[in-house]
Amino acid sequence: MHWINFPVLTVMIWSGLRIYWADRRDPFGVGIGSWHWFNLFPDWFNETLGLERRLARGLAFHTNFGWFFAINGLVFALYLWRTGGWRNFVPTAADIRTIPAVLLHEFKIRKEPPPQGKYNGVQQLSYGAVLLMGFFAVMSGFAIYRPTQLAPLTAVFGGYESARFIHFWVTIGFMVFFVVHLFQVARAGVGNFLSMVTGFELLGPGSSVPGSLVEEDVVARDGVASVAERADTSESEGATS
Amino acid sequence: MNGGDEMDDDGVGVDGAAVDGAGVDGAAVDGGEIDGAAADQDVVVDSVSVRSGGHRETADLNGRTLPEDQYRSLSRRSFLTGGTAVVGAAVGWRWLHQRPADDRIPDVLRAGHQANERIWRTIFRDGAEAPTFDFAQSSAMRVNGRHGIESPLDVETWELRVVGPEGELLGTYDLDDLRTLPQTEMTVEHKCIEGWSHIVTWGGVVFSDFVERFHPDQADAPFVGLSTPDNEYRVGLERDAMMHSQTMLTLDLQREPLTEDHGAPVRLTTPLKYGIKQIKRIGTIEFATEQPEDDFWTTRGYDWYAAL
Repeated sequence: MHWINFPVLTVMIWSGLRIYWADRRDPFGVGIGSWHWFNLFPDWFNETLGLERRLARGLAFHTNFGWFFAINGLVFALYLWRTGGWRNFVPTAADIRTIPAVLLHEFKIRKEPPPQGKYNGVQQLSYGAVLLMGFFAVMSGFAIYRPTQLAPLTAVFGGYESARFIHFWVTIGFMVFFVVHLFQVARAGVGNFLSMVTGFELLGPGSSVPGSLVEEDVVARDGVASVAERADTSESEGATS
Repeated sequence: MNGGDEMDDDGVGVDGAAVDGAGVDGAAVDGGEIDGAAADQDVVVDSVSVRSGGHRETADLNGRTLPEDQYRSLSRRSFLTGGTAVVGAAVGWRWLHQRPADDRIPDVLRAGHQANERIWRTIFRDGAEAPTFDFAQSSAMRVNGRHGIESPLDVETWELRVVGPEGELLGTYDLDDLRTLPQTEMTVEHKCIEGWSHIVTWGGVVFSDFVERFHPDQADAPFVGLSTPDNEYRVGLERDAMMHSQTMLTLDLQREPLTEDHGAPVRLTTPLKYGIKQIKRIGTIEFATEQPEDDFWTTRGYDWYAAL
């Protein structure tokens, strides 16, 4: 489910930009200043990726592959619900209290690593946010796709233009997440990547079995050496959406 | 998936997700296998750990452990599956791009458009209406596209021809005929397939009023085809959209008669379809039993249904 997202979301963003660039005269129809936009996507970017004058194909890919994204998201949501795995994406108060520690450590301000279960507080928050973004991407997508037949849904998003605005910025959010996510996974190293793929993690000699943040006592456990060490390396192991 | 009860207890379904991640790629079967392997290991590991002092172990977040050699083979299997999936995706992507074109897009994507059309026509709600706005919120719209209206309009010779399913002429009408029918005004958000939208006020005759007045026997025609007098720009719409209360033969824009650029003397407007279906300068209306051919933008790669 996590891995299906990568190719599907790539196709969605690529075809979505083709749709966005169909309207060359008014590319800021969503109400964003032109200055900002041109900095995000310079002309060479559009030319290289063949984003212009490809509206028909963009729509064909977007409205067909969109179903894969929506159905994959639905299956994943059902899965999280059935297994209780959703708890890993909803930070508790205790998790939220660890966030400053994670950030201080992350930006090399503080040496001591924060408590790390499966995910730390920042991971829980950002992975949880990405799941929500997926939900909003699909719903705002439908609101744009059928604004007359699904007028009540479009109204929930504040109307057609507002739904486009949300859809657009959720996409930018995905791109930003993707870059940070890749960077962090790369930094976390090969062992972590192996664990993403297999679901198991190779432990060093003498290290203990990692716990889950869901268990309160793990959060409370301070400085268990192996858990703490691993804070550096296990940036992300599980599925997002 | 097996082991579900355990997961509920410790809430660590997510590692299961990671397992599935590996499976993706290969689907649930793989995930099941791995889970099964893990479950077995709980037993095996005990004995292994007794005899192997120097061996490294692996653990998942459930605390389930695997001896290293088994972990290695699990990794190998996962990566083989993953690699196969990557190759599969690449081959699929290439295949998709090499499919023969059906009206300018790969035939499978065209089939996808048609499948989507069937879904949305099945759940079509006749009562669903596009939101309407106050006249004060509307303004003159930009001109976008002159296909089919490039030659100057000759108001003297223009007439609206209505044709039946066999191509037989059912009647001709002029502007006065349309003006004598009940006039309706509608302020809606006009949406272009390019993405922009504009709140605009249309005035004219609701198409179902026109049919009821002049051609009630055609009210059940499954399709309606419309074309410009020069026959260059053609569109087809299904009955549900044509007979909807917001679909109009439009004569006015912002309470002024249409200009030539906007489709004088009469154009189609409907918030159920993108602008590409809202043909300007209608010359012929044809009631049809089959979906009309040569729809201008469909032949250029767009979805025939083009609904909103």
